[in-house]
Amino acid sequence: MILVLVEVSPAGEAVETSREAITFARDLAAAGGGVPIDAVLVGTPDDALVGVLAAHGVRRIHALTGAAYDSFSGAAWAAGVEQVRAGAGSVVVMASGTPRGNEVLAHLGARAAVPMAANVVSFGGLSPFTVTRQVVGGAALEEMQLSQRPALFTVAGHAVEARPADTHGAGELVVETPEVPDADLVARVVSTDEPEPDLSGTLKSAKVVVGAGRGAGSAEGFDDLLELADLLDASLGVSRVVTSLGWRPHHEQVGQTGSRISPDLYIPCGISGAIQHWAGCSSAKAILAINTDPDAPMVTKATHAVIGDLHEVIPAVNAEIRRRRG
Amino acid sequence: MVSPLVCVKRVVDSSSEVVLTEDGQGVDGRFAGFTTSAHEECAVELAVRIAADGGGGATVLTLGDADAVEQLRSALAVGCTAATHVLADPQAFGPADVAREIAAVVRDHAAAGTPHDLVLLGNDAADSGDFQVGIRLAYELGWPVVNGVSAVSVDGGVVTASGSGPDGHETFRLPLPAVVTVLEGGVEPRYPTVPGRMKARKAPIEEREPAAEPVGPSRVRLVLPPPSPSTVQVLGEGPAAAPAVVDLLEQLGVLAR
Repeated sequence: MILVLVEVSPAGEAVETSREAITFARDLAAAGGGVPIDAVLVGTPDDALVGVLAAHGVRRIHALTGAAYDSFSGAAWAAGVEQVRAGAGSVVVMASGTPRGNEVLAHLGARAAVPMAANVVSFGGLSPFTVTRQVVGGAALEEMQLSQRPALFTVAGHAVEARPADTHGAGELVVETPEVPDADLVARVVSTDEPEPDLSGTLKSAKVVVGAGRGAGSAEGFDDLLELADLLDASLGVSRVVTSLGWRPHHEQVGQTGSRISPDLYIPCGISGAIQHWAGCSSAKAILAINTDPDAPMVTKATHAVIGDLHEVIPAVNAEIRRRRG
Repeated sequence: MVSPLVCVKRVVDSSSEVVLTEDGQGVDGRFAGFTTSAHEECAVELAVRIAADGGGGATVLTLGDADAVEQLRSALAVGCTAATHVLADPQAFGPADVAREIAAVVRDHAAAGTPHDLVLLGNDAADSGDFQVGIRLAYELGWPVVNGVSAVSVDGGVVTASGSGPDGHETFRLPLPAVVTVLEGGVEPRYPTVPGRMKARKAPIEEREPAAEPVGPSRVRLVLPPPSPSTVQVLGEGPAAAPAVVDLLEQLGVLAR
C-alpha cells in the first residue's frame, strides 16, 4: 500500500501539489500491480474533500486529530504518519515537495534510519525501486535507489499534472488519534500571525509575472517594469542578484531560494537565466525574454524573445499598450 | 553565553554550467565556480548575531575536501570566531552520514569544554537539495528541531524562531539545546571587511578526519536532463518590436481589461 501525506489549505481543500503527489502515486501503484493508495492528513476533512480524494483514486483517508495537531510540529506530524503507516502496512510513504512535505518525510527518514529522496520527478523501476529527482536546482537529475522500507520520497512541484483517476477510490474516512510523545511537541508553532501576510503569495499565484534582473541597472530602474506589471495586472518577480543588491525585497525573488512560479506568461527582462533562477520559473507556460544578449540562456530557453535593452523596449511596449487602449 | 555552531557547504555556483564527472557521481569541479549555499550565508549571519548578543562566539563547520577551507575562511571573515573542517570527499557522504559527522563534532567540542547549545544549518543545500541534514542531526543529538525559518533569536535559554508557513507567519519557541535550519531572506549577510579578511586568512582551523565510514547517498548516478531544442520565436529587436510584443500579449489573452 502507498501512503500519501495530503496537505490541506486553510479553506479545507487538498492543495494542488498534494493532488499531484496522489496522481504520481497512481502511476506507481499501477506499475506495482494495482496496490491501493491511502491518504493521511491532519484535521477532519469535510465531505467535499473526501469526495475529491476519492475521485483521485484514494481508498482510505486517515485523519489525524487531537490536541497534538492543534498547531504544527514536524515531529508530531511524523509520529502520527508513522503510526498510520505501521498500522496500514504501507511500504511507500510519499508527500509533495513542499516545506511541510519535505520536513515530515525527513523526520520519518531519521526515525526509521532509511533514506529519503526529495523532489522526485519520476520512478525508474520497482525492483530495485529507483527514483529520479532534481538536484542542483533542476540542472541535473539524480537516480537514487530506495531499497529499504519504508521507501520515502517527495514529489517535485509540477512533475506531474494533478488529475482525477479513471476509477474512483472508496474514500473511506478513518479518524485516528495517535499518541504523540511530549518530546515530539517541544518544537511546535506557538503563534501564527495573519497580519503579516505571505507577500510572495500573489507572485506564486500570478497569471502574468514581469521579471527583472541585473539589467534593471539600479533600484530606480524599475519604473517602466512596474508600469508594465500594472498594465498587465501582473506581479513583479526578480532575480537573486536584484535582492542581493538591495534593489527589491526578498519576497519578490524568483528562483531556487525564492518563489517558484508557474504563470501563463513570464516576461523576464534583463535576466540571463542562471540555473537558480530557471529553477523557479521553468514551469511558466510561455516565456517572453527581453535581453540584449541573443545567446543568454533565458533567451534560448524562452518561447518568445525580443533582443534589446529593457530600458528601450519596455517603454515602447507600455506606450503601444496605452495607444491600443486609446 | 550562547556559542552556536553553524554548518556550511561548498556548492557549485548556480551561475555555472553543470558538467558531470565521467562516472556520473558528481559535478566536475574543473568547470564550475563554487560558493556557500545561499541559505547558509544567512545562517552564518544569524549565528554571528546570536553569538554577539549572547557574549559567545560562533563556530563554523564544514565537511568537504581541502578547497572547502575557502567557505570556512569566508565565514571567519564575517564574524565567526572558530572553524572546524572535517576533511572528506563530500560526494561519498549522504545526509545521514553528514548528520552523524556534525553530531560527532558537537559531542567532541562539548567534551573539550567548548560546547555548542545551538546548531544552525541551511534548510537545504543548493546542490544536493536533500532537506534533511538538520533533522537527522537533531535525532542524532536528541535535540528538538525547527525548519525553514528566517529569523532566530535566543534569550534566557529559549530559542525564538519564525518564518513563513502555509497559514501565515509562524513563530516557534523551544528550549536550548536545539537545531534550527534557516531559509534565505530574513537577514542580509554582511560583507567582509578588509581587517576581517586579513584576520580570517591567518585564523587557525581545526582539521578532523571523519568519525565513521560513510554509508553513502543512495545515489546510482547523476545525469543531465535532455536538452530541449530551442523553439524561441524572436519577435524583433529593440523598441521596434513593441507592436509584435503587444500582438503576442493579445493572443495570449493577458492584455484584456
